[in-house]
Amino acid sequence: MELIVTSYCHIHEKKVVINDRLVFYNENILNFADFIKSVYKQEEINYPKFYKMDSLSKLGFLAAEMVLKEKPVTGYDSDAVGVVLSNSSSSLDTDIIHNDAIKDRTNYFPSPSVFVYTLPNIVIGEICIKNKIKGENAFLVSEVFDGKLLVNYVGGLFLRFGLEACLCGWVELLGNKYESLITLVEKADITSRESATGFKSLPFTIKDLNQLIEHN
Amino acid sequence: MKPVYIIADNIITSLGFTTAENVASMKNNVTGLKPVDIASLYPSPVILSRIDKEAMESRFLMVLQKYKKSSPLTFYTRLEKLFLISIADVLSKTEIIPADSRTLLVISTTKGNVDLLEERYKAVFNHRRLFLWELGRLVSEFFGFRNTPIIVSNACISGLVAITTAARFIHSGYFDHAVIAGGDIVSEFVISGFQSFQALSPLPCKPFDLNRNGLSLGEGCGAMALTSKPTGINSVPVRFAGGAITNDANHISGPSRTGEELSLAINRALTQAYLSPDEIGYISAHGTATPFNDEMESMAIGLSHLSPVPVNSFKGYWGHTLGAAGVIESVAAIHSLRTGDLFSTAGYEQPGVSVPLNVLKHHETRSIQSCLKTASGFGGCNAAVVYQKL
Repeated sequence: MELIVTSYCHIHEKKVVINDRLVFYNENILNFADFIKSVYKQEEINYPKFYKMDSLSKLGFLAAEMVLKEKPVTGYDSDAVGVVLSNSSSSLDTDIIHNDAIKDRTNYFPSPSVFVYTLPNIVIGEICIKNKIKGENAFLVSEVFDGKLLVNYVGGLFLRFGLEACLCGWVELLGNKYESLITLVEKADITSRESATGFKSLPFTIKDLNQLIEHN
Repeated sequence: MKPVYIIADNIITSLGFTTAENVASMKNNVTGLKPVDIASLYPSPVILSRIDKEAMESRFLMVLQKYKKSSPLTFYTRLEKLFLISIADVLSKTEIIPADSRTLLVISTTKGNVDLLEERYKAVFNHRRLFLWELGRLVSEFFGFRNTPIIVSNACISGLVAITTAARFIHSGYFDHAVIAGGDIVSEFVISGFQSFQALSPLPCKPFDLNRNGLSLGEGCGAMALTSKPTGINSVPVRFAGGAITNDANHISGPSRTGEELSLAINRALTQAYLSPDEIGYISAHGTATPFNDEMESMAIGLSHLSPVPVNSFKGYWGHTLGAAGVIESVAAIHSLRTGDLFSTAGYEQPGVSVPLNVLKHHETRSIQSCLKTASGFGGCNAAVVYQKL
C-alpha cells in the first residue's frame, strides 16, 4: 500500500508554510500569542472556541485547519480518519500555568478551563471536534521529532486497521519556542496526487518527513 | 500477523507492590481509598489511595541492590521509583532481555514528574526531569534497554494505548518482545485540577451506583511483558486479541452523549479478535464513578450488545490511577481471566445508569475465555482491548 502526504503545514520561527508556499511571515512579532492570533486572522478561520484554547492547542488546531483547507477529509467516513501527533514538552507550557495558580495557598485559583489543557492529547480532541474525526488517535512524546515512530505507527493503522486518512505530525510548544508540522496522509490509489493549488504529493516516508521539518 | 502473549505482570498501588499482593487485598475486600489530610499535599482533606513511602523505599532499595546501582535513594523521584520497582518485578519473571534489539519499552503516563514544578523540588532535581522522554530515558537506561522507549501520554486511556501500540508493533514484526509500564502519582497538581472541576467524590467513589458523586484519585504503577515467542510461560497463556482507539469528536472534558464512539472501539476490538459479543465473559470497565462517564459507558456497552456480561470497575479499590489505570486494570482483568475469580465493584450498591448492566456486586467465580477492557478520557478519547485465554 502506497501512502502519500497530500497536504502539509509547517509552522516555525514566525513563518507558516503550506504545501511549499510561504503564506505568513512577520519578523516583528515577538511572542507566540501575537503570532498565532495574526495567523488566525489572516486565514479568516471563524471558530470562536479558538480563543479558549491553550497555546499548544491553538498551534496544532491552526496547522490542522490549514492542512484541511487545502485537502479536506470530508469525503471519508468520520471513523476512517485518524489523528496521530507527537511532541517533546507534552503539555508542560500549560502545566506551568496551572502550577502558578496553586503555588500560593493564600491566592489559590486552579481553573478547570486551564487544567483540562494539562494533557497533550487535548489538541487532538480540538481537531477532532472541529472536523468530526472519530478514528484512531494517539499522542506520543519523544525528545526530538521521530519520523520513524510516526511512519511505523501510522503505516500500521492503514495496513491493518482500516484507516483511510490520517493527520500526522509534530506539535511542540514551550513558552515562545514552537514548531508544528502536520501532514495529511492518504492512500495513493484512492486520492488525487495533486492538490487544487498545484501541490504534488510527497511519499510518506521517514526521509520526506525529516526533510519537511528541516528545510522549511 | 504475529500473535502476542502476555507473559508477566505487576501492579503497584496502596494495596501492594505485586499483582499477587493486590489481588489478595481485593479478595479480602480491602480498599485503599482513605481520607488523607496532609497539608503539604492539599489544603483540605481528600479521599485518596496513596502508596506508603517507607514500604516503597524498602522495595526500591532491593531493586537498587539487585541491579548494583550506587545512586542514593534521593536521586530518584517518587514516580521513577515506582516505574523501576514495577519493571524490575516483571523482568524477574520473564526471560526477556532489555538489551535485545528485538525488545521494546513503552511508557504510559499522563503527568510524569509534574510534582517537580513545586518549589520544594526545584533545587533538588534538574528541570529536565519534567520531560516525559527524560523519565523514559532514565527508566530505559536503568535496565539497559537498547531501543529508545515509546512514550504515550493520552489522558486516561494512556495505558491501553501503550499496550495496543506495543502489541501492534509486535504484530507488524518490528519487535518480538515488549515491556509496557504505566504510572502516575497523586500530586497537588492533579488533586487541585480535578477539584476545580468538582469531579472528586467527597466519599470513596461508587462506580455505576445510583449515588455516585465523582471519582477518587489513586496512585499506581503497573507493568506487563508481551512476547510473540511464548517460551517459558508458566501460567495459563493469554493473548492480546484486539485493540482499538476512537474519538468522540464532541467535547474536550465531557464524554459522548450517546456512547457510540466507545462502542465503535469495542466493536473494532471484537472484530480484530474474531469474537462476537456473546463470547465475552467479563468486562473491566473504566467506571470512574463520575455521573457522565459511567452513564456513557453503560450506553456504549448496551450498543455493543454486551449489557448482560458481568462488568466491574477497580476504581473503588485503588482509585483512578490515570496513566497507570489501563495497565493495572488490564493486569487485574487478565488475572480474573486466568483464575476465574471475578472481583466485586467496591462502592457499588444499587443500579444507577440508564442501560441496565450486570455490575458485579460480590466476588464471583466463573469460567471465562475472553474479557474486554475499556477506558475513556479527556480529549474525547476511548480505547478497548480484548484479552483471550488459549
